[in-house]
Amino acid sequence: MDTPQTSAEDSAGRAEVVLGIGTDEWVARHNERLIVDSGPLARLKDTASKIPNLVRWLLVLLIAVAVPLGTSNPYIMRVGVNLGLFILLSYGLNIVVGYAGLLDLGYAAFYGFGAYAYALVSSDQLGHHWKTYISVPIIVVATALLGFLVSLPSRRLMGDYLAIVTLFFGQVFVQVVLSSDSITFPWATDSIDITGGSNGIPALDPFVLFGHKFLNAKDYYWLLLAIIVILTLTITRINRTRIGRAWRTIREDSLAAQAMGISINRLKFMAFIVGAALAGLAGTILSAVQGAVFVNGFDLPLLTLVYAAIILGGSGSLPGAVMGAIVMSLLPEFLRVPSYSEILFFVVLILVIGAMRRSIKSFAITLLGIFVTGIIVRGIFLSLSVKSLPRDEWATGVIGRFLSHWLFVPNNRLLWGNASFVLLIALIAYLTQASPTIKRILLPVAAFLGIFLWEVRLIQQPSTTRQLIIGTMLIVLMVTKPQGFLGKARVEVL
Amino acid sequence: MAMLELEKVRISFGALTTLDDLTLHVNKGEIVSVIGPNGAGKTTLFNVITGVYRPDSGSITLDGQNLVGKDPAKVTRSGVARTFQNVRLFLNMSVIENVMAATFGHTHAGLFSSALGLPRSRREEADVREQAEELLRFFGTRLTGYRWEEPAYSLSYANRRRLEIARALATKPKVLLLDEPAAGMNPKETHEITEVVERLRSEKGLTILIIEHDMHVVEGVSDRVVALDHGVKIAEGDFDSVATHPAVIEAYLGRKAAETK
Ligand SMILES: Nc1ncnc2c1ncn2[C@@H]1O[C@H](COP(=O)(O)OP(=O)(O)OP(=O)(O)O)[C@@H](O)[C@H]1O
Ligand SMILES: [Mg+2]
Repeated sequence: MDTPQTSAEDSAGRAEVVLGIGTDEWVARHNERLIVDSGPLARLKDTASKIPNLVRWLLVLLIAVAVPLGTSNPYIMRVGVNLGLFILLSYGLNIVVGYAGLLDLGYAAFYGFGAYAYALVSSDQLGHHWKTYISVPIIVVATALLGFLVSLPSRRLMGDYLAIVTLFFGQVFVQVVLSSDSITFPWATDSIDITGGSNGIPALDPFVLFGHKFLNAKDYYWLLLAIIVILTLTITRINRTRIGRAWRTIREDSLAAQAMGISINRLKFMAFIVGAALAGLAGTILSAVQGAVFVNGFDLPLLTLVYAAIILGGSGSLPGAVMGAIVMSLLPEFLRVPSYSEILFFVVLILVIGAMRRSIKSFAITLLGIFVTGIIVRGIFLSLSVKSLPRDEWATGVIGRFLSHWLFVPNNRLLWGNASFVLLIALIAYLTQASPTIKRILLPVAAFLGIFLWEVRLIQQPSTTRQLIIGTMLIVLMVTKPQGFLGKARVEVL
Repeated sequence: MAMLELEKVRISFGALTTLDDLTLHVNKGEIVSVIGPNGAGKTTLFNVITGVYRPDSGSITLDGQNLVGKDPAKVTRSGVARTFQNVRLFLNMSVIENVMAATFGHTHAGLFSSALGLPRSRREEADVREQAEELLRFFGTRLTGYRWEEPAYSLSYANRRRLEIARALATKPKVLLLDEPAAGMNPKETHEITEVVERLRSEKGLTILIIEHDMHVVEGVSDRVVALDHGVKIAEGDFDSVATHPAVIEAYLGRKAAETK
């Protein structure tokens, strides 16, 4: 009798303070009611999110300007140029996919088209040496036109059709380039080599702009930086105004967009064409900076990386595109050095555990659990008298030396490494289904297996490891932050 | 003088004839209600007028100008705007952007003039914002103030319906089609909608075709009522005569009786 009364009073009392559920004010304040992350990581995130956008842009720009002033190291400048090209590609794809919501799977081919077109008019291949300020604008327009032609067959530009047509186009492009090294025209006797087939086209002219001949990567870096600054300003402006708004309405609800007088087909073409043009521009710069062009690099792997970049950063967000491009183009470089990749592996591992164990206490318990698991496993190995690998044969990096007092690394790395790999996959598969209690108990075991696998096997194979790390990062991100780092969570139906 | 005129409009989906030689007109400045049981073809009527579906036969004209065969965007630009029965806002865009986006048809800024921020496009942008603010203010305190920069999904259901009307108005229509504007609203909000519809005519000079199930709203706003059943017009006239028409009563009660069986 007593209990219901109290609770009735309770809710009546609360109703005066709290707004009624479903009223306008209540709905409008929905953000305040979202569960707020706690913990040191979340606090850091919170502080970072308070920095205004302009300041962030300026900060990035400052670094981008400072690097070439501080160093002329050709390797660093090459990495910088790659990053710039990547950002350019991400910007273009971001318009197509992020704003207009069109699945363009032939994007890499537009990049390749720009690159080859530049090569053909700037080398002895066909004997043309056009001036840069003529060739580049013409190629950009031509790529835009090609984009228009490719999107034409799927006139209504519906998701799946467009994806298939563009994917097909991308593959055709590669095949055409590969087989255009001996084309016979009916009126000619000899066959002509246009694209150089798998050998590519060498000895391309560098850019010459404003009487300045581009001699090294640094020159292209400055050019790219200027282009990116201009594009950032203009794309931001477009996004905020009439055309950009219309693009976003298509992504939101294309039927409603049409009902509001928005000609969605024209806008889709426009997005597609702008995206292609940017890819074409990037292609010309790639050719010029490389001084040669080859067909590999305009295929699915590149497409995957650019898509990963914009999804990682948050589709539809320009800062996200930059950030995604930074991660996707710098990370593989960074991971080339084994000791760096080791550090990154452990950072990611700790972040994953941190994401799963929010409070400091349970985090510490998990670490302890990993430690204990290691001791137990060492005991098992010793009692089975498995031969161990001498410490100085595997503990190379800083972390390795630190771990070597605790981790048992068996002599037969191949066998035990593969075994732990299979075990880890099985364990993770099981854990996704398991109850929270079991998860809590087995998480340290899984983490230990990860460390074991890393030190025993993966560290020996940097290239596989690189892909594994990037893949894992994407999966973790997909689970914890589906909208990407800088994207806003989208609401579909409410 | 007829502003919107449908002549023997017919559309079928497979074996089902949803609109059966429907003839209907709405005079300039008139408010006409369409009633009828569920599945009568009311929403289909809107879809056919706005070009979502193309009628199998018949003609549709707006102010003497043919609408059949135009795509939805073109229909809207010739002066017909609509709201949706199941509210279709651009949820992840801000409230004011929803309205601003709908000015697309009568604004001009292109890709390059926007990108370069040319004076002309800047002026147009400022103008569009002003128009949008004014349209939002049309709903008085309900839609004013702090919520304009919030995403549309943060609005309550009633406000989403209001925003949808504001968005439709931004296309500068001559004829406004409202599909159940009071659905899901409480009695007070329903009453407000009645006033809003009346003001849309008196202040904006609109011609209005409205689908509504709430008989208080229908009675309150209509100059004329059209009753549909199975895509056929079964009654037409002022509210009292239609509401008491035997065919209308049968359409509603017969359907109910059939459902309870
Ligand atoms: N695209 C379509 N394909 C097949 N059938 C359709 C289609 N659109 C409408 N119909 C059918 O037409 C009939 C009329 O539907 P409509 O939505 O116009 O009814 P309504 O009068 O608006 O009903 P309600 O009051 O429930 O909104 C229904 O039987 C519906 O199933
Ligand atoms: Mg309906």
